[in-house]
Amino acid sequence: MYRIVKKESLNPTVTLMEVEAPLIAKKAEPGQFIILRVDSNGERIPLTIADFNRATGTVTIIYQIVGATTQALDHLKEGENIQDFAGPLGRPTETEDFKKVAVVGGGVGCAIAYPVAKKLYEQGCEVHSITGFRNKELVILEEEFKKVSNKLVLMTDDGSYGTKGLVTDALKTLIESGEKYDAVITIGPLIMMKFVCALTKEYQIKTLASMNPIMIDGTGMCGGCRLSVGGKTKFACVDGPDFDGHEIDFDEALTRSSIYKPFERRAHEEVCHLYEMEVK
Amino acid sequence: MVINMDVLKRIPVKEQDPKVRARNFEEVCLGYDKEEAMEEASRCLKCKNAKCITGCPVSIDIPGFIKAVEAGDIEEAYQVISKYSALPAVCGRVCPQETQCEQRCIRAIKGESVSIGKLERFVADWARVNDVKPEAAKEKKSQKVAVIGSGPAGLTCAGDLAKMGYDVTIFEALHEPGGVLVYGIPEFRLPKDTVVKSEIENVKALGVKIETNVVIGKSTTIDELMEEEGFEAVFVGSGAGLPKFMGIPGENANGVFSANEYLTRSNLMKAFDENYDTPIAAGQKVAVVGGGNVAMDAARTALRLGAQVYIVYRRSEEELPARVEEVHHAKEEGVILKLLTNPTEILVDDNGWVKGMKCIEMELGEADASGRRRPVEKPDSEFELEVDTVIMSLGTSPNPLISSTTTGLDINKYRCIIANEENGQTTKEGVFAGGDAVTGAATVILAMGAGKAAAKGIDEYLQNK
Repeated sequence: MYRIVKKESLNPTVTLMEVEAPLIAKKAEPGQFIILRVDSNGERIPLTIADFNRATGTVTIIYQIVGATTQALDHLKEGENIQDFAGPLGRPTETEDFKKVAVVGGGVGCAIAYPVAKKLYEQGCEVHSITGFRNKELVILEEEFKKVSNKLVLMTDDGSYGTKGLVTDALKTLIESGEKYDAVITIGPLIMMKFVCALTKEYQIKTLASMNPIMIDGTGMCGGCRLSVGGKTKFACVDGPDFDGHEIDFDEALTRSSIYKPFERRAHEEVCHLYEMEVK
Repeated sequence: MVINMDVLKRIPVKEQDPKVRARNFEEVCLGYDKEEAMEEASRCLKCKNAKCITGCPVSIDIPGFIKAVEAGDIEEAYQVISKYSALPAVCGRVCPQETQCEQRCIRAIKGESVSIGKLERFVADWARVNDVKPEAAKEKKSQKVAVIGSGPAGLTCAGDLAKMGYDVTIFEALHEPGGVLVYGIPEFRLPKDTVVKSEIENVKALGVKIETNVVIGKSTTIDELMEEEGFEAVFVGSGAGLPKFMGIPGENANGVFSANEYLTRSNLMKAFDENYDTPIAAGQKVAVVGGGNVAMDAARTALRLGAQVYIVYRRSEEELPARVEEVHHAKEEGVILKLLTNPTEILVDDNGWVKGMKCIEMELGEADASGRRRPVEKPDSEFELEVDTVIMSLGTSPNPLISSTTTGLDINKYRCIIANEENGQTTKEGVFAGGDAVTGAATVILAMGAGKAAAKGIDEYLQNK
């Protein structure tokens, strides 16, 4: 059992949790993830490590409530326990040798982009962060990003905060204004990463995308998370989750991410119903 | 009561009706009752130089335990078996006895061999129901041994070491111990909550600690366990869990799964049970590619989830690597064998889902180096099989996570850890290995045999240290 030492709501659908997991905190690096199971009937879901504290032995996760399991997770309170919490899994994000990087995060993906930006910044790299959200209400980690970025461009789809438009608009503007990046690192919804990669390919800028396919074990034993990179099949949980964005077959990844849509919808409805009953 | 029996024939064992069981996840074989077990035990000739023992990878004193069963002293029979095996309820169910102990039974020369597996199973089940436990070590040693992986090899090695008095901790990557016993072999062959859980409880009762959710190579490494955590020896029983795919077009379509994924969802995550959260896309018309026990397990699981199921295998029935009993059960339940058939492409619809599989017929040519006749494509014999789900069961290889993060631990070209067969010693001092991590995918009992040999090897190593 893994104790929740802190829980904080970042916006109406995104929550931060700090979890006691000393073994993981000792080893974690930005870009790696954990697999958790809320309770003994639960499913295993992957969540990226948003932060860690080696001294206190805690690991921070930030999740968006999108379905039954994240809803059940969000039902847990500070001081309560998560049944299973395994990691750190996957390979850390490649941050060496970069002098100037654009970090592009979308939605809850910003939670994962943040530790990467932080590590790059602490290494002395020039970091330009672009964070995108649907609207003002959903903005997260603005202050945190400011602290670890030489430049921060905050975008909202509807213009209710920051600049109106998509992250690709902001990235394109920066590139065209003459900024020369050694690499672009992008983390967010598949569709956003697909367009970020399409854009940087035009300018031939090395791009890393952090993939988030369906996973079960997260240790390389089932291939549920497989995707095509440069025409080869890779397992995101052990070979990734970061891959060369110009080599990834995003359309295949988008299709694969929809395998369990009908199940997920049903499970979500059931859980919502259950919690409504509890409230009554 | 006297059962009218022909001594040449074994006492039949009760099974669930094929039509009924094809739709549930309850155990197929119902096992002997005490009376039947005693009768069957009386068929054993109690050979002085019992050949059956030599056929058992962990050399159980088979005539010894059977003698106790015949006398009705089941507790004694259990203690005899426990000296050799930590998982009798498992082995009695999943060992291929027809090629091991039972093949060498003297009764088999003229008639049917003694039903050794079913007797072992009866004894173990009786012990569970009557709460009889194996005896723990009286004297404890202070030396610490780490066991990586809680599958059959790790559990056996840990159990044997604990009986010798060592301080043993098992590290398991998944949330539940048991390895293939919990994620691979289905409920209808090996019940989890009763059989597997209680055998693991027995290993714990010997003093073994089990830490789940620890991924060696990620959470910590073997080097750290030895240098920082004070473990004086390590046994690697991490198995061969990395699935193979064919590399044919369409293989990443929605509806194509590795058998490992399909079975893990169903067995470990209990996706077949609606009280659990993990979903499974069961399919209506399923093709399972491959012919081993895992293929049979996947096919029979898909059947129970409501699908029509084909086994697609490139050789003929004679060459099927699966146990005869499992093939027989699968056929009884309605699995259709498509033999001498090989897939060449997965056909995908506009939404990215499987809509069929292009196959080619095969014929058997010359025998290859392994002695099996090589399948060759028949010209112009391509055809399409209409399916919506494909399960790839082509075998597995060891996961490189441990070998790549341990200094001085050598592997061969198949990525298997190199270890001495006699005692499990690897190329790194103090590190031993056994089971599928060393041999590649094999059987539960061979893994147990290797775990046992390594426990002896570790004991010798620590005694001389």
